[in-house]
Amino acid sequence: MTRRLYLYPVWIRIWHVINAILFLILIFTGVSMQFAGSGGEFSLIRFDQAVAWHNVSAIILTFNYVVFIIGNVATTNSRHYRIKKENFWADLFAQLKFYAFGMFKKEKHPFPVTYEQKFNPLQKISYVLAMYVGMPVLIITGFGLLFPEILVQQFFGVSGLLITDILHITMGFILSVFMLIHIYTCTLGDKPATLFKSMISGYHEEHE
Amino acid sequence: MKIALALIASFFSVVLITENNGPVLQDPDQVLQIQKGIDNNLFAEDNEKCLVCHGEPYFELADTATGVIRNRLMCDDYHVDRDEFYQSNHWSFACTDCHSYDFEIFPHPVSTRLEEPYHCNDCHGYDEQYARYQFEEIQIEYEESVHAEIDGFSCWKCHDPHSYEINIRNSTSLGKTILYDNNICLECHANFDNFQLLTDKEEIKVIDSHGWLPNQSAHFTSVRCIECHTGINESILVAHKLLPKDKAVKRCTECHSSESRLLATLYKFQSKEFRADVGFINGIILNQSYVIGANRNIILNVLSFIIFAGVILVIVVHLFFRIIRRA
Repeated sequence: MTRRLYLYPVWIRIWHVINAILFLILIFTGVSMQFAGSGGEFSLIRFDQAVAWHNVSAIILTFNYVVFIIGNVATTNSRHYRIKKENFWADLFAQLKFYAFGMFKKEKHPFPVTYEQKFNPLQKISYVLAMYVGMPVLIITGFGLLFPEILVQQFFGVSGLLITDILHITMGFILSVFMLIHIYTCTLGDKPATLFKSMISGYHEEHE
Repeated sequence: MKIALALIASFFSVVLITENNGPVLQDPDQVLQIQKGIDNNLFAEDNEKCLVCHGEPYFELADTATGVIRNRLMCDDYHVDRDEFYQSNHWSFACTDCHSYDFEIFPHPVSTRLEEPYHCNDCHGYDEQYARYQFEEIQIEYEESVHAEIDGFSCWKCHDPHSYEINIRNSTSLGKTILYDNNICLECHANFDNFQLLTDKEEIKVIDSHGWLPNQSAHFTSVRCIECHTGINESILVAHKLLPKDKAVKRCTECHSSESRLLATLYKFQSKEFRADVGFINGIILNQSYVIGANRNIILNVLSFIIFAGVILVIVVHLFFRIIRRA
């Protein structure tokens, strides 16, 4: 029997797809700029085009992030991002153990998806860190790079622009790795495409 | 102290009198040791005979026959700012080192006023003391530049001998050097009154013509105009071959890359850490600025590749077990 749960309302699905597309553009253009060669040999696309696409995508991403925050404040979606202190490490370890061993032994999921508990503990902590730590750092430092005149010139003898950029590319890299893992873990549904379909239809489906 | 400095200055001065009471060449290394300023110029009193008019915005024109005296505006081209002159490269000079003694006659005779002024290489060229600055090579570069095509253009248009200061070579603040050097260009290229004295070309709108540059103000304050508007010459310190506008650098990666041309231009004097093996590639740029694409941290780069490869490996192994265990 297939259990169906409506977990992804329209606004989340639209926000999510926009976020995903923009993030892919930002990774592509960001890598292209960071590893540019003088003859264009390492550039994925032309530097000036990479800058333009990166800037425009980042501005849209920022607005999209604001939509996410407002959506979470205005709806009950924020409940999925509240981390409980009790059993935090034990739950996290149980989920990791399931991914590493349990799922290969056909064990039951330690934290089955319910209407109240959309994310497992590992998802919850990684999504909270990505959305409430990673994204703000990325947006604020990106804003600084877009308007370098607002940055502190020197911070303890080091260029403010350098610190900002290192923070930006480091966080960009961390979130890129997060995205890679996120995409892979989304193949861990009943079938590899099940969870992707959920983000289109809005319904989480699994066999009981 | 001032007298001692003046004595040192005169002792080390290498005097080269040319036929026409020519320039006094001084050992550049020794002159650099002396504090600049009117107090240390041995000829300041003599110079005042010229600066009493040329150092002021007005001068008195007197008719000795009628006794009529009128104030006249001193034309900009003939005005010498005392403060600028005594802080310039030629601060230790007497006016008559470069200008004829006949200028002591007033009103100046037309033949004197039409004297051919000295050019840089009349003093600096073919001289061992200045060999390292390669003025001869600069002359060749200049002659190939677009400026050389303009009638009436000379070294002085950019390097006013009465005020010019060497900047980049002794720079302690790259920002100030960039501002100083860019103002030399903008003196004509952003001032149509000066520009049209030399050419019939249309007025240049600097802001508009550079509208394609992202973060325009950051570029204008972080690099000199010549970074993009001259060809690179490895043998001289500052490139002088100004290129036609269609040959100017427009490809971002000329600077924003690990092979950044800024290392051969703006940062040429400070490139001791040039292309370090460990640490920041093009680390020298980081002293004063940060150029996306030109500054990369090798350690961060390697670390990111290791982490990325590690994640891919974990995913592949996990996927492998999923397939064989049908999980």
